[in-house]
Amino acid sequence: MPRYLVELAPLHSELILIIGAMVLLLWGAFRPETERQADIISWAAIGVLALAGIVLARQPLGNNTLFDGSFRFDAFARYVKMIVIISSAGALLLAPNDARRGKYLKFEYAVLLLLATAGMLMMISANDLISLYLSLELQSLALYVLAAFKRDDVRSSEAGLKYFVLGALSSGMLLYGASLVYGFTGATNFNDIAAVALTKGAGQNIGLIFGLVFLMVGLAFKISAVPFHMWTPDVYEGAPTPVTALFAAAPKAAAFALLTRVMITAFGGIKPQWQQIIIFLSIASMVLGAVAAIGQTNVKRLLAYSSIGNMGFVLVGLAAASPEGIEGVLIYLATYLVMTLGAFAVVLCMRRRSGPVEEIADLAGLATTNPGMAATMAIMMFSLAGIPPLAGFWGKYYVFLAAVKADLWPLAIIGVVASVVGAFYYIRIVIVMYVNDAKSGAENRFMRVPLRESTVMALACLITLLGFLPFPLRNGSLGDWIIATASAAARSLFG
Amino acid sequence: MTLAAAFFYLFAAITVASAFKVISAKNPVHAVLYLILAFFNAAGLFVLLGAEFLAMILVVVYVGAVAVLFLFVVMMLDVDFAQLRAGFMKNATLGFTVGMIVLAEIVFFVATQFLKPGALPAGLVRAAPIPQGITNTEALGRVLYTKYVYFFQGAGLILLVAMIGAIVLTLRHKPNVRRQNISEQNARTKSTAMDVIKVPSGGYNIPDKAAAKVAAE
Amino acid sequence: MYPKTLDTWWDWGLWLALTVGLSLLLLVVLLVIVAFLLLMDRKVWAAVQMRRGPNVVGPFGLLQSFADLLKFVLKEPLIPAGADKGVFLLAPLVTAILALAAWAVIPVGNGMAMANINVGILYLFAISSLGVYGIIMGGWASNSKYPFLGALRSAAQMVSYEVSIGFVIITVLLCAGSLNLNDIIKAQQVGIGTRVGLPASFLDWYWLPLFPMFVVFFISALAETNRPPFDLVEAESELVAGFMVEYGSTPYLLFMLGEYVAIVTMCAMTSILFLGGWLPPLDIAPLNWIPGPLWFLLKITFVFFMFAMVKAMVPRYRYDQLMRLGWKIFLPLSLVMVVVVAGLLQFGPQVR
Repeated sequence: MPRYLVELAPLHSELILIIGAMVLLLWGAFRPETERQADIISWAAIGVLALAGIVLARQPLGNNTLFDGSFRFDAFARYVKMIVIISSAGALLLAPNDARRGKYLKFEYAVLLLLATAGMLMMISANDLISLYLSLELQSLALYVLAAFKRDDVRSSEAGLKYFVLGALSSGMLLYGASLVYGFTGATNFNDIAAVALTKGAGQNIGLIFGLVFLMVGLAFKISAVPFHMWTPDVYEGAPTPVTALFAAAPKAAAFALLTRVMITAFGGIKPQWQQIIIFLSIASMVLGAVAAIGQTNVKRLLAYSSIGNMGFVLVGLAAASPEGIEGVLIYLATYLVMTLGAFAVVLCMRRRSGPVEEIADLAGLATTNPGMAATMAIMMFSLAGIPPLAGFWGKYYVFLAAVKADLWPLAIIGVVASVVGAFYYIRIVIVMYVNDAKSGAENRFMRVPLRESTVMALACLITLLGFLPFPLRNGSLGDWIIATASAAARSLFG
Repeated sequence: MTLAAAFFYLFAAITVASAFKVISAKNPVHAVLYLILAFFNAAGLFVLLGAEFLAMILVVVYVGAVAVLFLFVVMMLDVDFAQLRAGFMKNATLGFTVGMIVLAEIVFFVATQFLKPGALPAGLVRAAPIPQGITNTEALGRVLYTKYVYFFQGAGLILLVAMIGAIVLTLRHKPNVRRQNISEQNARTKSTAMDVIKVPSGGYNIPDKAAAKVAAE
Repeated sequence: MYPKTLDTWWDWGLWLALTVGLSLLLLVVLLVIVAFLLLMDRKVWAAVQMRRGPNVVGPFGLLQSFADLLKFVLKEPLIPAGADKGVFLLAPLVTAILALAAWAVIPVGNGMAMANINVGILYLFAISSLGVYGIIMGGWASNSKYPFLGALRSAAQMVSYEVSIGFVIITVLLCAGSLNLNDIIKAQQVGIGTRVGLPASFLDWYWLPLFPMFVVFFISALAETNRPPFDLVEAESELVAGFMVEYGSTPYLLFMLGEYVAIVTMCAMTSILFLGGWLPPLDIAPLNWIPGPLWFLLKITFVFFMFAMVKAMVPRYRYDQLMRLGWKIFLPLSLVMVVVVAGLLQFGPQVR
């Protein structure tokens, strides 16, 4: 390899994604525009993602910074990047079947998804206000387009537009905050900002705190924390389902990693100032996510509120602002990714001969008509509700544990209550599937579950059910490995 | 120095006045034209600052391309601005409040910088070095492709995504449109483009006979 | 001659007088040259069509342009009832003033520019990209269908061709290593010819190493100035006279003036970028006695002659062909050339 490529080693996975996207773009542009072509390209894109993942996993750690410290690669970055790559690959795997039936299968889908993923990876490694903004925009812009991808569908276009307008607003806030932070610290690099934030009296620097608040508002939009969540249900409902599956997992993880890095690395010195905001966001998200989901009849809207609530739980870990808290965040994000993908794989299979359906009532009697699908959905719902020993429980366990250790008792208690309330609507779906009777008639039956969806479902079930059981892998269970990795990753952030 | 000051006040005054006209002009096309004037004078201010490269790029990109498209759209759209303006007074208080907050923040920020120069830790706040002996175009080029290459390429990627997105969301291939294929046209030879038909003289249904002959061949 | 500092009132006055005086001189000479080039345009066109062209006013019709000037100025200006009066009258002014403003930076001889600024080429590019405003404003303000259609066409057309012009300029900049117009010309004193041991000559100019770009630039310049075969803005068979339908008298004169000055500017740009500006074609005894401005004028006339010949010989493009040429042929070609030229300069033999 040439010397400059060796020097860019921490950036290799991003480079693979970007170059892969460009190659596939050219490939697709100069080939006849057929569905088969688009399918081949989406497989190729999964290959690119896999390659990026392998390169990422083999990348040696250490405090690697590039470009004058504006790009940082550490254990934390590697862990979250892995989550993002896996969930992007999962979302891409789920896309072609739905796209073919919805008549929006085009090769640009895979290209945009690769570019969005590259943006997310850059977000995770962002260590400078400029790279923060640029990577966030790269990711968001690709996602706006993906949300509106089913362009002949009014709801999809509406979702894209809504997402775009609110996203642009949040980017504006973020930029305003970034300019204030730059103005009052004289630096854009997180480490330099940290140096200022650590000085005595930084907590009384109103300009800096204003900037911090605006930055947090911008980022809270991206992770859809209450009260900046308004776009989420509409966008989740309107966007094509595979895109929603992507929205629910990858960008959330990336934005959360970015938020974590900004808070811990750059503003670690004024922790009391941002901690209270995070606690508020966390409580509001948990409570609203749990309460508002109860009245929903649309599965995608319900999952949207569920993701708002889940972001609230993750924020509990960040509120603790300790290595244990971040460890909890990372474990939660990993388990949440698996559950989301599993749940959306089921939603994607809710398709009758007449077309896709999205109402909870349409799931009635699924246990008799399609037991596999029903079982998957039930496992995902139980896991999201946080019932032990499923994977979802452990995410919650670790964030609450960290909150308790950080003396945030009230937060932990509200979290537990919210998760009990949340369990109600998760379990309601299970009841609909297992207790209610199915509507008779062949036209009310779902179509056969395609291979790709069933693969994702099976994997998700396997990980959720067995991941955290004491099931010996090489040394310990998958869960042990995740926890150990997350722990190391969290500690690398505090370095 | 006095000349520069005079031009500064000229450009600044026109910028502010035209910016005001942008929001107060009744006709949207006039508003865009005032916006262009504001850009132009902002470019003049850049020249006074010694940033001639930025000034020219501002004119080329914003005035020469972006504003043209802006004008293009505004001229084509049938926007009823009177209707849009109807809700103005309703939202005026809110807009005024937000504007005042932003203004207050800017004033506050500038004031801290001037009144308490030592408020920021030394070593972090430093003016950008003014390059000696090279033009500012060259100075920009030197850091843009070295120190800031990551940002530069990132911005390029964003533009690429925007381009792909615009094409994906708007390009439609209409099946029934006949398109020109120049290479195909040029590749035509006498044998593919022309049929020599011997027309018998004196016959009555010449076209039919000719057609029959072509069919026979 | 110029005062070095502006400390005293005397220096101030001298500076002001010199600047204004020289600007006026340049302006007058330029306008007279444009008048004769306009005549030349018509004469060439006529000659191709085996006509005589203007031959009544003055010997060989030499004063025809001045007669036209008088005719337009003495006519009554008409403003259509539904027109936006301010913008309607502003449009021709914008066209003419912008076209003339470009000449502030053009070096007519070694260092002989009104303002020898170090981003001269960018300034020229910026000004030429603003030319579209006069047309759009005129077309819109006329409040009439044909002018509006013409304005829309021109907006799309000029923005499209600016892109490839920009890339062509970049290739030249890469070779010259400067944005200063005078330096770009000076950089053409050495080149392919001097490398094989010849004295500085026309073989050193950039038209030879950058020949594809020269062609792209020439054709884009035609499109940028709305010259035939790209004069869709005023395609008389479709749009009567395009954006100028409603104009008459002095405003029309200003439009015509602006258009022709813009064409001459483009010719000047072509000769600066590719034909060595004020450099003599062979740097040997009798030729380099002739002053630079004269060579520059000769080159402009030569390029203008080519413009005129194209107008006389090439049929008008259809709109989709125009767009196809700009976006699908010139843009990729010029992009590839930027990469090739940059690669050669970086890794290849020193062709500079």
